Amino acid sequence: MAFVAVVYTILFYVAAATFVAGLVYKVVRYTRTPAPLPIPTMPAPLTKTGAAVRVAREVVIFESLFRSDKWLWLFAVMFHLGLVLVIVRHLRYFVSSHLGLVWTLIALAQPFGKYAAFALMAGLAALLARRFMLVRIRYITGPSDILLLLLLLAIGASGASMTFVSHTDIVGVKAFFLGLMMFSWQPLPADGPLLVHLFLVAMLLIVFPFSKLLHVAGVFFSPTRNQPDTAREKRHIAAWALPLDEQRSK
Amino acid sequence: MVEFQIPVLNDVPAEFDTKFTPGAMAHLKPFLAKADHNVPLGFPGELVDDWQKKAIDRMGDLVKRYRSLAVYLDSCVKCGSCADKCHYFLGTGDPKNMPVARQDLFRSVYRRYFTPTGRVFGSLVGARDLTKEVLDEWYSYFHQCSQCRRCSVFCPYGIDTAEISMAARDVMDHIGVGMKYCNEIIAKVHKIGNNLGLPKPALADTLEGLEEDVQDGTGHPVRFPLDVKGADILLVTPSADFFAEPHVDGLIGYAKVFHQAGVSWTMSSYASEAGNFGMFIGSYEQMYKVSNRIRKAALDLGVKRIVFGECGHAWRVAYSFLNTLAGPWDFLDPAYPVPQHIIEFTYDLIKRGGIKVDAEANQGMVLTVHDSCNVARASRMGTMPGGQFILPREVIKACVPKFVDMHPDTIGDKTFCCGGGGGLLTDDLMELRIKGAMPRMEALAQVIRDEGVTHMAAMCAICKSQFTKVLPYYGMKMEMIVSVHGLVSNAIQLGTNKI
Repeated sequence: MAFVAVVYTILFYVAAATFVAGLVYKVVRYTRTPAPLPIPTMPAPLTKTGAAVRVAREVVIFESLFRSDKWLWLFAVMFHLGLVLVIVRHLRYFVSSHLGLVWTLIALAQPFGKYAAFALMAGLAALLARRFMLVRIRYITGPSDILLLLLLLAIGASGASMTFVSHTDIVGVKAFFLGLMMFSWQPLPADGPLLVHLFLVAMLLIVFPFSKLLHVAGVFFSPTRNQPDTAREKRHIAAWALPLDEQRSK
Repeated sequence: MVEFQIPVLNDVPAEFDTKFTPGAMAHLKPFLAKADHNVPLGFPGELVDDWQKKAIDRMGDLVKRYRSLAVYLDSCVKCGSCADKCHYFLGTGDPKNMPVARQDLFRSVYRRYFTPTGRVFGSLVGARDLTKEVLDEWYSYFHQCSQCRRCSVFCPYGIDTAEISMAARDVMDHIGVGMKYCNEIIAKVHKIGNNLGLPKPALADTLEGLEEDVQDGTGHPVRFPLDVKGADILLVTPSADFFAEPHVDGLIGYAKVFHQAGVSWTMSSYASEAGNFGMFIGSYEQMYKVSNRIRKAALDLGVKRIVFGECGHAWRVAYSFLNTLAGPWDFLDPAYPVPQHIIEFTYDLIKRGGIKVDAEANQGMVLTVHDSCNVARASRMGTMPGGQFILPREVIKACVPKFVDMHPDTIGDKTFCCGGGGGLLTDDLMELRIKGAMPRMEALAQVIRDEGVTHMAAMCAICKSQFTKVLPYYGMKMEMIVSVHGLVSNAIQLGTNKI
């Protein structure tokens, strides 16, 4: 196996392990940290199901963002929806069987996913432009905010170039990733755009659990959104607050 | 006298053209608490020697204690959705009053000491050492947040700046950098039972005076009972209701409602305060201690129900936290929610015909209502979500000839803070209070101009005090502000239909 394939094999194991371990660590931390007082932003649903639906609306249609800023909402939807379609389209590199529901989904996403790259990049470009053009947003923008947008843009551009400019050996790419998953390592087509694309994706996976990209997990754990309005019916005592009650009764 | 410019009001509310002015409010900070104020709360009297280490340790504790903090410190993407939603930013133009920037004063330190990227890459991810300058900045800008949660409504992840400003104040208290106004008041509650420091004899005297006034004015023997054992209802109301205008009209209103409903009720001299400033300083322990005065009073007096008077943050603590902090309430009558809001109580009576109100009594008045931030976004009234908007309006509409709402972007869960919430209702922050009231003043000026509004009802002791103080700066009369139950007090028909 060529040196490049060895490097990328190691790189993707490291990246995937970092991504999964980092995210699991954070999710476990969020789950274990108590929420000692109910703080849903009111009006809030009265039931757990209602609260789950509220979170789902935030995740799927960015409800609060829509209420806040229609342009920002549009750019955010362009990027995120584009990304979802692109990811679904990419599943074909990780699924060996050409049968079943997943493959139908992948097949359906192909024509959309192809052009979704442009929505994704246009959204990112608009988000980047805001950071320079709006005085308020420029003020709160740090180097990492710019770098993450550039990283995503570069991933999008290098990926789209393989669809629209010069194709790579996608059968080889698929063999490489299936090989990674089966621990039966395969060579990787040594195309420039592909190597750039994959390197940047690995970088993204690695920085994910250490960056603001954690909002992907955070949105599910936000007490202002995921708590039902049950304060008068239920006590929400945290373990660390229990000793106070014990002192009281004496 | 003030030495700063009063903001000019736009004709169209909610179209903000705030001038971006870095550093505009950097000079403003509240008076520092002295040892006399801090020590009774269990905080160090003054800045401790190893304050930096202690502050970082406390920060770490809080992140482990509160999921909100843990999630919110990680999740902000700096999209700026909240940036133009804060009344203090809109009124001052100081970018550090944008919620995202305010949070970042805290988050930058968190990043530096608690995240690998902050430790390794530092400035790339906006991590900062906790220096004296940073601490001063915290003290200034975390006392320019009224914890009103308007930013949280518009955040795609629901990040609540109130949680972060509470945490920052708690960290500061733990190294001896407390705020005088809040800490002095909490110490008074622990010692005497209310924010004003009003002892039992003075309170009894005041209530007696009110009884005489109402008897003289209406001819009806409306009582203002104190410490009556075996009464059915314990009324817990903000102590401002005993003295301040227009608060006291509200208290008279509650008493008339209880009188006309024919229920037995009492106030408590031990728990003579609905407010709970423990929330403002982000201290669970202080909030717990203050709340449990109410539990003790309820047990000692043997009441069956607890009703709260008009106060925004008090209602947040009461509605959302009281069960957790001072429950369980298994010794009270399970037929009623614990606690109830006086507006729930009055609304129910009006609907059932238990009391009669005559809108003619408030003839000539055109009302609008200010949804208090803590009532709107942190609590509920009634049985359905959003009842906190419906019930007060229904009570007001029943009591006045005409009611108009303000601009839709400034009411309901989009309501603006009065500018004095969150423990900032102190003269040393007057500049902030006046500027922060701007968005509400704009919306009010519009309905005065276009709809002939004569009065604005408020349901919070802080809102009432704040508005009566700042309205004149904007060329409006302080008498415009009325208590919701001040309107009820005028409109209620006494002695007509005893049930």
